[in-house]
Amino acid sequence: MRLRLSAILAASVALVTPAAAELFFPSLSYRTGPFAAGGIPFADGYADYFTLLNERDGGIGGVRVRVAECETAYNTEKGVECYEAIKGQSPLVIQPLSTGITYQLIPRVTQDGIPMHTMGYGRTSSKNGAVFSHVFNYPANYWDGASIIVNYLLDQNGGNLNGKKITLLYHNSAYGKEPIRTLEELAKKHGYELTLLPVDSPGQEQKSQWLQIRRDRPDYVLMWGWGVMNPTAIQEAINIRFPMENFIGVWWSGSENDVKAAGAAAAGYKSLNMHRTGTDFPLYADLQKYVIGAGKAAGAGDQVGSVLYSRGLYAAMLAAEAARRAQEIHGTPNITPAMMRDGMEALEITEARMAELGLPNFGPTFKVTCENHGGSGMGLIQQWDGQKWNVLTDWIESDKAVIDMLVADDSEAFAKENNIAKRCN
Amino acid sequence: MLYREAGDFKTSYRDDAQTFPIAFDRWRYYAVLAVAFGVIPFVINDYWANAILIPFLIYAIAAIGLNILTGYCGQVSLGTGGFMAVGAYATYKLMTAFPDVSILIHILLAGGITAAVGVLFGLPSLRIKGFYLAVATLAAQFFLVWLFNKVPWFYNYSASGQISAPERTFLGIALTGPASPAWAAYLTCLVFCVALAWLARNLTRGPLGRQWMAIRDMDIAAEIIGVNPLRAKLTAFAISSFFVGIAGALFFAVYLGAAEVGESFGIQKSFLVLFMIIIGGLGSIFGSFAGAAFLVLLPVLLKNTLVGGLGWPTDLAAHLELMIVGALIIVFLIAEPHGMAQLWRVAKEKLRLWPFPH
Repeated sequence: MRLRLSAILAASVALVTPAAAELFFPSLSYRTGPFAAGGIPFADGYADYFTLLNERDGGIGGVRVRVAECETAYNTEKGVECYEAIKGQSPLVIQPLSTGITYQLIPRVTQDGIPMHTMGYGRTSSKNGAVFSHVFNYPANYWDGASIIVNYLLDQNGGNLNGKKITLLYHNSAYGKEPIRTLEELAKKHGYELTLLPVDSPGQEQKSQWLQIRRDRPDYVLMWGWGVMNPTAIQEAINIRFPMENFIGVWWSGSENDVKAAGAAAAGYKSLNMHRTGTDFPLYADLQKYVIGAGKAAGAGDQVGSVLYSRGLYAAMLAAEAARRAQEIHGTPNITPAMMRDGMEALEITEARMAELGLPNFGPTFKVTCENHGGSGMGLIQQWDGQKWNVLTDWIESDKAVIDMLVADDSEAFAKENNIAKRCN
Repeated sequence: MLYREAGDFKTSYRDDAQTFPIAFDRWRYYAVLAVAFGVIPFVINDYWANAILIPFLIYAIAAIGLNILTGYCGQVSLGTGGFMAVGAYATYKLMTAFPDVSILIHILLAGGITAAVGVLFGLPSLRIKGFYLAVATLAAQFFLVWLFNKVPWFYNYSASGQISAPERTFLGIALTGPASPAWAAYLTCLVFCVALAWLARNLTRGPLGRQWMAIRDMDIAAEIIGVNPLRAKLTAFAISSFFVGIAGALFFAVYLGAAEVGESFGIQKSFLVLFMIIIGGLGSIFGSFAGAAFLVLLPVLLKNTLVGGLGWPTDLAAHLELMIVGALIIVFLIAEPHGMAQLWRVAKEKLRLWPFPH
């Protein structure tokens, strides 16, 4: 039966995979539903970068890239359906752009030998490559993000947060709950008082949470929001006249789509970012020439240069670089998912390489190793001035002492629960 | 021609009262079972199992469960998602606390725990009915989701509140976890689904089912002829929740492998299962299957046709899918307010007379 099953599988794979060699990068996107405001620009940026590589360089290492989208609507069941549909076509890397779907897929991709990249989302402890062999979350993760915000606030307050009141407003899901543990640890260390305010998905109902914020008068409000939750929260903050410069979102709560509705009234709102944005990079000249000007842009083409478009572009760039690295290591342009995994584990992003790609100083420099799948864990703070996002700070380091301990704890628990033998010895 | 009673003689009361009195129906039923058990496991691949057949079987179990309560006993419930969550979290706690006990036993126990919770939330049905009961069960839905979010003991204090099913085997074959072969996961769900459907069919034909239906049709009249409403309503809640709990357990352990209460067992799930039985047909086992098929298989079919077949953009296809499914629901309900099961019943009546309608 095994033989017959695999024969059928092989036959179906042969049917869907064209004879010509190609590199398949699936895009689990969501252009519908309450989270589409975040999903559309990311998917556009992801697709456009690969279109550029195809049009300008003829693909990666001479092999053309194929990007196929599968709509998940940020829904885990649809995400599983998409994964099952693409996994037979040897996808080089899965990027679900959803922490919920990531949790479903971690065991499956490990079993099927397909690498998954969860850039700044997903399960934070998958940073520990010794336990999570096929999951990568470079360049930074949620716990880095939480720690970077706290470090920024420390810097603003002369190194002392003692007695300050910090409120975390979060999407009541795996995504929003991720930073809680780190913020609690850091509260013990720095002496601030942490209040947790969950917002149920999708997040259009926040009146009671903001009433509580108005009553408690916290010094700072941090937000882990996504989709429709972000503009709603920003509007509510304006309604209660909360000082916007004390309202800081994670990198998923800091795009144009989140603040544009409130416009100038949202001026002062800050958010994290893991890369720079805007169209002032040399890459955009090529992008204009080969993709946008040629009418090959994905989607409506109206998201170019926005924060989340840049993030999709960045994700595609990192994937392409890892594929290049895999081609070098294995000496063949036609790489398999297993080779791609090796390439991701050996990925190194240097300033020189980013400048060469036309994206100088776009993201942090980092190096992935067998133990560390999480990169350097740096981020920067940006601020909305009513018109556009401006970068306020340089790259900020996270508190590695606290985070590494938490990562070790959580990944050990996972390894024990699932009987995983540690790698990297 | 084929489909008729003529010549099909019954010589005992037992034969006369069987589920499929018409020979053709009976053979069709055996053929479906034979294909489901004897053919599909040998040809199934991961996509067919995980994207199509497993969700269909699990939703069918949930729909049968809700149909017992709403379709047969007349008690409207909007708590299905919450009860599925009870099944899922009970399995998770049992799986991680007693790793040596078979997963199949855990799934049954999870059903039992859900039945107990269901009875607890069914108590108000003795005083209130109709829309008011729907609101009371809605409270159960929100309370249970809140509980599983709030109390970290239920998710073993994991950082994100997610529960993940570890690998559990039966006779050396993994039934849960990523290593479980497609046919094993499919057969697990199929065995539960067939056994529960058989149980439901026979319960609803027996004295208990007749009590439920008496309560549904007119509770005061039922009470006068000697039906105990306490017993009838609470057994309906218990058995319905048992089914829904098993559906939740399979949904988490076999199908998704990881779950998060707000996303997987939210109010949308309650509505989805309720729509299944309304479209499929209240008070019909076949209707539960038809409704589950309609709402699980049709979107996947449309997606594969529009995106895979015609190559349309995914967002356009996703929007069209909502519109087509929505329009079909309206069309079906206007054409036959009693659901697909009634359409099937009418078709069968016509077939019996065909080709001589008079």
